[in-house]
Amino acid sequence: MSEVAYIDAIREAQRELLADDPRVFIYGQDVGDFGGAFKATQGLKAAFPGRVIDSPIAEDAMAGVAIGAALEGMHPIVEMQFADFSSIAFNQMVNHAATYYWRTGTPIPMTLRLPSGGTPGSGPFHSQMMESLYAHYPGLVVVAPATVGDAYHMLKESVALEDPVIYCEHKLLYRWLKADNFENDSLPLTKARITRPGKHATVVTYSAMVHEAVKAAERLSEEGWEIEVVDLRCIKPMDTDTIMASIARTGRLLALGESFPWGGVTAEVVSRVASDGFHLLDAPPMRLNAKDTPIPYHPDLWRAHRPTPESIGEALRKLLNF
Amino acid sequence: MAIAADYQESACRAARAMVTARVLEDKLRSLYKAGKIVGGVYLGRGQEALSGVLGTQLIPGKDVFAPLIRDQAGRTGFGEDLLDVTRTYLGSVEGPMRGRDGNIHRGRPDKGMPAMISHLGAAVPVVAGILLAKRLKGELDGVVGATCIGDGGASTGAFHEALNVAAVEKLPLVVVIANNQYAYSTPNQAEFSGNLADRAAGYGMRGWEAKGNDLADCLEKVGGAVAAARRGEGPQLVVADLLRLSGHGEHDDGAYVCEDLKKGPLGRDCMDIAKEQLLSSGFIEEGTWENWEQEAREKVTEAVALTQREPTPDAHGEVWNACKAVGAETY
Repeated sequence: MSEVAYIDAIREAQRELLADDPRVFIYGQDVGDFGGAFKATQGLKAAFPGRVIDSPIAEDAMAGVAIGAALEGMHPIVEMQFADFSSIAFNQMVNHAATYYWRTGTPIPMTLRLPSGGTPGSGPFHSQMMESLYAHYPGLVVVAPATVGDAYHMLKESVALEDPVIYCEHKLLYRWLKADNFENDSLPLTKARITRPGKHATVVTYSAMVHEAVKAAERLSEEGWEIEVVDLRCIKPMDTDTIMASIARTGRLLALGESFPWGGVTAEVVSRVASDGFHLLDAPPMRLNAKDTPIPYHPDLWRAHRPTPESIGEALRKLLNF
Repeated sequence: MAIAADYQESACRAARAMVTARVLEDKLRSLYKAGKIVGGVYLGRGQEALSGVLGTQLIPGKDVFAPLIRDQAGRTGFGEDLLDVTRTYLGSVEGPMRGRDGNIHRGRPDKGMPAMISHLGAAVPVVAGILLAKRLKGELDGVVGATCIGDGGASTGAFHEALNVAAVEKLPLVVVIANNQYAYSTPNQAEFSGNLADRAAGYGMRGWEAKGNDLADCLEKVGGAVAAARRGEGPQLVVADLLRLSGHGEHDDGAYVCEDLKKGPLGRDCMDIAKEQLLSSGFIEEGTWENWEQEAREKVTEAVALTQREPTPDAHGEVWNACKAVGAETY
């Protein structure tokens, strides 16, 4: 296989899901002949006529339709054009899809794909990370793949799962992140991965920030620090065991995310480590997130809004020198 | 108004569902006032003709019915077991919701009756999705999906999005708006402008206007809408005017309801109208209606008595896991 990108993994996983499972169909804006805003469904309508369906601009109804189809035994994939617009589908996901199995015993096996995160010039409404919001609600599984192999395998596992899954795919990785093939290490869907082993401090992160953390770790290695990077992969449920084992090795935690700073995934990580692993810590646990403003349009502002290898490195030096 | 002889069977089926619903809901009201039901009790008093006709025009085991809060008659007409009602209201673990959810949020999705959430309009796309899935599976032929909403719920974005989707996909969806004149306490003039029925044209759907407290008219209009959807004529919107003959829930005395409306034609009880229509059409004899009521009372009493002997949930034994496939009690 020649080189493949993160977006190819998402497209190929969907192609195989459609080919292998008659319960799967895709519903979303412009996903048909047009192939989706990011071309994640390019060619799929032609290959699977009638099973790749263009929806009106109606995010609430798109999620609602998927819930109904799931009740009927289907395993629909809904593509939100941008994660930001899933705020309109939020009610259906958190109050309807998420509560259904608990209330009735009938599962809702649907997958909501969220093209997430910032890219230069995308601005306040095409750059958001929504994983913390969905993860707050019981009844949803929330995943955020950071690698090509994970994008492929975790999408296939998500669609097969009998629970509603929020699949957060990072737009910055779509074309930039490449691999030789779609293989991964066969970690189960809900397990975190040690992306880079280390012994002086742990960065717990996910999605595109995994790559920023690795860049920061590489720079710090030149100063003699060995930084461990944990890729959560699955936000909810969160693999606390892998986090704790890493903190036991390093004694220091930086929880890193691209979301807004109030609450969220990084706060959850710090809270778990502080309450269950206080005795393991050699320094106060730290958090680094995006800034508490809407996501800026101008690339110079955008780059300063989210954590960068520089700001991550700076945070790590503080943590290491405590 | 006499009802055409062709309608005898369907009129009587609807009427029996109406009678059972009214008797059952009178009992629920008593249980609530006696403190036996916690949370809310929401009655369909005054809406039984509209709802009962819809439920009995649908085919259990084939069609889909997503009822809303005032659809006991429709639920009963569609085949809901009385025990599902009493067990859910009284929190029995034997009920479909096992104490995890209550009152009108119950459903039997495996029997074509999705369980509603409180957010109005949310059920409309779900029914559309069930129908879309049936089409994908090649099982849509002759199937109808129906759901109900009120004059208030018709103001939501979810309602609008779903009607548009159903129209675009030409799904056999029947949406019945019971305009009971008040969204909780808010009268029509503060809820919407113009005529609700005109919206059908806006969606490219066929619209029907019914007298919601008139069994004969509901048979014609709601029955017509269901039949049209079944014939493959796409989504249908029925708007029925009526008056809610109770508060929003039993905690509410409905003091805000205008006296003129109560005294006017909308304020007439659909039960009285239906009984007169069945008698004048020669469909039932003197005493038949009362016999139905007596039978319903016996069944309701039996269901309540059985339910009250059943266990309520054990919080210590509960499985606190909202997901099916992902490990128990992990988050």
